Order: sequence, then structure tokens, then C-alpha cells
Amino acid sequence: MDVEVESKRPDDPAQGKAHPNTCPGCGSHYRDDELAQNLRVCPHCGHHFRVGARDRIEQLADPGSFVEEDAELRSADPLAFFDLRPYTERLAEAEVATGLGDAIVCGAAAIEGEGCRLAVMDFAFMGGSMGSVVGEKFARACESAAAAAVPLVSVSASGGARMQEGILALMQLPKTVCAIEELHEAGGALLSVLTHPTTGGVLASYASLGDVVLAEPGALMSFAGPRVVAQTTREKLPDDFGLAESNYRFGHLDAIVARAELRPTLARLLRLFGKS
Amino acid sequence: MRLRERLSKLAGMKLLRGTKLSGELERLQDQLERLRAEPTAEEIWTSVELARHQDRPYTLDYVARILDDFFELHGDRGRADDPAFVTGLGSLDGRTVVLVGHQKGRDLKERTKRNFGMAYPEGYRKAMRAMSLADRHGFPLIAMIDTPGAYPGVAAEQHGQGGAIARSQAAMARLSVPTIACVIGEGGSGGAVAVAVADRVLMQEHAIYSVISPEGCAAILWRDAGEARKAAAAFKPDAAHCLELGVIDAIVAEPEGGAHTDADAAALLLEQGILKALEEIDTLDPTERRRQRRAKYRLMGVLASV
Repeated sequence: MDVEVESKRPDDPAQGKAHPNTCPGCGSHYRDDELAQNLRVCPHCGHHFRVGARDRIEQLADPGSFVEEDAELRSADPLAFFDLRPYTERLAEAEVATGLGDAIVCGAAAIEGEGCRLAVMDFAFMGGSMGSVVGEKFARACESAAAAAVPLVSVSASGGARMQEGILALMQLPKTVCAIEELHEAGGALLSVLTHPTTGGVLASYASLGDVVLAEPGALMSFAGPRVVAQTTREKLPDDFGLAESNYRFGHLDAIVARAELRPTLARLLRLFGKS
Repeated sequence: MRLRERLSKLAGMKLLRGTKLSGELERLQDQLERLRAEPTAEEIWTSVELARHQDRPYTLDYVARILDDFFELHGDRGRADDPAFVTGLGSLDGRTVVLVGHQKGRDLKERTKRNFGMAYPEGYRKAMRAMSLADRHGFPLIAMIDTPGAYPGVAAEQHGQGGAIARSQAAMARLSVPTIACVIGEGGSGGAVAVAVADRVLMQEHAIYSVISPEGCAAILWRDAGEARKAAAAFKPDAAHCLELGVIDAIVAEPEGGAHTDADAAALLLEQGILKALEEIDTLDPTERRRQRRAKYRLMGVLASV
């Protein structure tokens, strides 16, 4: 379960080096406002660019409806972890770069008037890795959804568990899984949206346990990343390895939903779950 | 330090409330006494090597010594039988239990057959089948964990590796019967925790339990898999640290020099550990036991706030 950022198109030399607003699908280049206007989807080829947690919430929630919860939580450094740099330094840097306290933002919201709780990950914060804070905030979001008797909508984007928290990061898998069990026992629902990429420990825990599981087009959703699989097995990977389209074909997804359709789709589901 | 905090809290409560917590207190005290000084980087690496030792007893070696009348159950009833994962019924101290566990191979031929203990989703689905059998008949579940990790392959992904690991944990969180997980070698990442969500998690003295392999961590963070020793020292996968962090409930001693030096003695110690753990949880009301199990995981992690 590694948190390395892996490209879904490992043979594309442009990826990783190109300007962030250059489409890896077709090479078109956009201004920030052009991309934002189109929900950060390439108008030419439909490539879905990454969306940060704040932008995602703005795209999904009714204007002014989002009330953040547990914003004060920050990661501790239980192992005093030091690789080439101290973990605390990486955390501070990520907070400055993203303006976020950790890799997930949670809170109350409404989508087309339907009340829900949102738990939205941000890949820009240390590769969307899950440590104690992500696990805790997700578990609290489950509890908050159960208490308010509204569904929880999760939007994931993660490289996996956060190595710098060692075994405690791995324990966030059963922690979030147990929280979902409690939510389900309270009659609550989980709608899980997988965005590029959702891999490792997050795929192997809460992202896979939605009552309904959706993914954006082209999202990588694999337990092991393509490079790890290629190196370990020396197999030639299929072109669509681990992508949402492949996962849909193999029965691991209910639907692939283009970004423009995500808000109305979630609203429909919230209405259906609200009628029990 | 968390263990010591818990201990002092419990000691304080005991003064106030009397007898009810003394069992728990004794258990923690006992564990604390086992904790010597914090393991050094050298000792951590020794455990990494012993956990992977080619002669270390594997799941079926313990099954042969701990369970009577073991009957292996094969197949996930959907697609395949995964030889990297064994499930079965057996008798532990006169009582029927369900056993699930990873299985490594001893020689090259068996290692290949067992896929080095790296299960496919079919292995976890076989485990879930055994878990529901246990729940249906009220048999305690014993899980043995010994895997470098879930298999990272094309077919494994196509068959839903991530989802299978998630659902296996959910299945364990739902069980009404007593559940005990034992990390007996490598507790490698998601593939390990998939079957380790239990009322009591035991870990052998020289087993390791970690979020990623030392080599994998070194390759990513140090950009050099050769720095595995440094990585292991940094993320501390040894039993003493796992106990200290509240991730496991007890350490099971091994014979001097490691479990491979005397499999019979290691099995006896493991059996004693399992029976003691079972005794602690056996009489709890099933709903309360499940509640406590989930509450234990709910509290895992260390937080700060601003």
C-alpha cells in the first residue's frame, strides 16, 4: 500500500512534466478560469483534471450550504518519523501549499436541497494519504451523518495509507470500516465517489464500502499501482489497467459518472435514500 | 507510552470503583512487564529477519500442533480455491473453532503454489465464507496472519482486491462470535489487516506488522530499496511498538532465538496465548463483544489539533 503518486498513463512522457493546465489527454492548454468554468474537465477531449477538496465541495454543494466540521484536527507525529525529511516538516509544507489541515475536508451540506454529510479528500495534501486524521475525520463524518439521519457522501482521491504514521495508518482501514458498520446499523447510507486516483488503503477500506459506488471517467482505482504490479509480476498491463472503465466491466462499480452529471446524480440518489 | 497512560488511568479508576476492572489491569500490567526498554534499530531488523525466516513455522505448522481433527475447507464458492489462504474447522482444547490464515510454502514448489502467502481476492472471499460459517454455528474464529501483502497482479485487481480486503474487514467487524487474530510472521499491510479485525489481536515476539514492507517504504521515501533497515527503524513494525501504540492486545513469547528453533515450543506458547485471550472475551454478551471490538478500532490513531 504505497502513497507514491502514480500516473495512470505510465508511458506518457508529458505527464508529470507538463504544465498543470495542459491536458494529458489531448495536449490542449487552458487558463485557470477556463478550466474552472468547465468543472476542470477538458472541453476538447473530456479528460477529468484533478479537483481539490474545496473546489469539489463548491461543485457539489448548494451555494452557502456547506458547514465544515472537525477543521481543527491535525496530524501528530507518533513515531517521530524521519526519512529524508521529518514528517512534521512535510505536514507543515502541505498545509501551506493547500491551505488544508489534512487530506480530507468534512462537513454538513445540501445537494439540490437534499441534506447530507460530505467527506472529500484532497490529493494535493501528501498524495491524499490516509493517516490518523483522515481516518478520524471520516469516522466522525459517519457519526455525524448517523446523528443527523442523512446519508454520507464520500469523494475519495488517495495514494493509500500514510507511511509516515506506520502501523497506525494501517489501522485507519479497520477504523473507517467499523465506522461504516455503525452508520449502516443506524440506518444510514454511504454514497462513495471514487476520483483519480483512489488506490491502496482507501480503496481497501471505506471507498469500496459505499451502498452505491460511483467513479469519474478514467479514474485509477487499484489496490496496487500499475508500476508495482508491472515490477512484481512482469506482466504486460492492459491499457485500461485499474481504470474505472475496467472496474465497471468487472463488476466493482455501479456507474461511471462524468463530472457535470455528478451533482444531479448524487441528488437523485439522496432523494431515493431519503424516502425509506 | 499509551499503554502506560491506559494503565495509570485504569489504576486510578480501580481505586474509585473497586473490582470490575482488575482483570483488565492485570492484563496490562502483565504486558507492561514484558516490555523491556524500547527496541533498538538493530533489534527491529532482527525481528524483520526472524519474521521472514525460511524455517519459521507457518499457519499449517501451528494448526497441526494446536488444533485436533482439522478439516480444511476449500474454495470461495464463486470462482476458485486460493492456496495462499487456508480455512478450516478444528478442535481447540475440545471446542470447535474456525481457522482462517495465510499460508506460505516451505520449498520452491510449495512456495510457488502458495504464491508466497500473497492471497488473491478469492482468498479473502474464502475467508469471509468461513467467517459466516463460524457466526452461523457459534464457533470462535482464529485468524493467523502471515503475508508479505495481498498479491499485486492484473487478475487480482480485475477480481477486486481492494473491495475484497475492505469487505473482509467489514465481515469481521460484524461477527458475533469471539475472534482472535495472531500475527505469526509478516503482517503485511492491507492483506494482513483484512483478516485481523478481532476482539484480541496477538502478535508473536518476532513477528512484524506494518503498513508497507521495509523495502517498499525505502524505495518510495529514500528512493532506494537498499535502505530497508532505515525504513524499518523509522516505521517500527516490531511487536513491542505495536503494543505500545495500542494496535495489538498482547505479545506472545517465542522460544529463545525465535519460533523456528523449536516449533513445538512456539506452538505451545501460541496456544496458551490464544486460550487466555479466548477466556477474556468468551463470556461477554455477543452484542457487547462486537461493540467493544468496534470501539477499540474507533480509538486507534494519534491526533493533534490547532
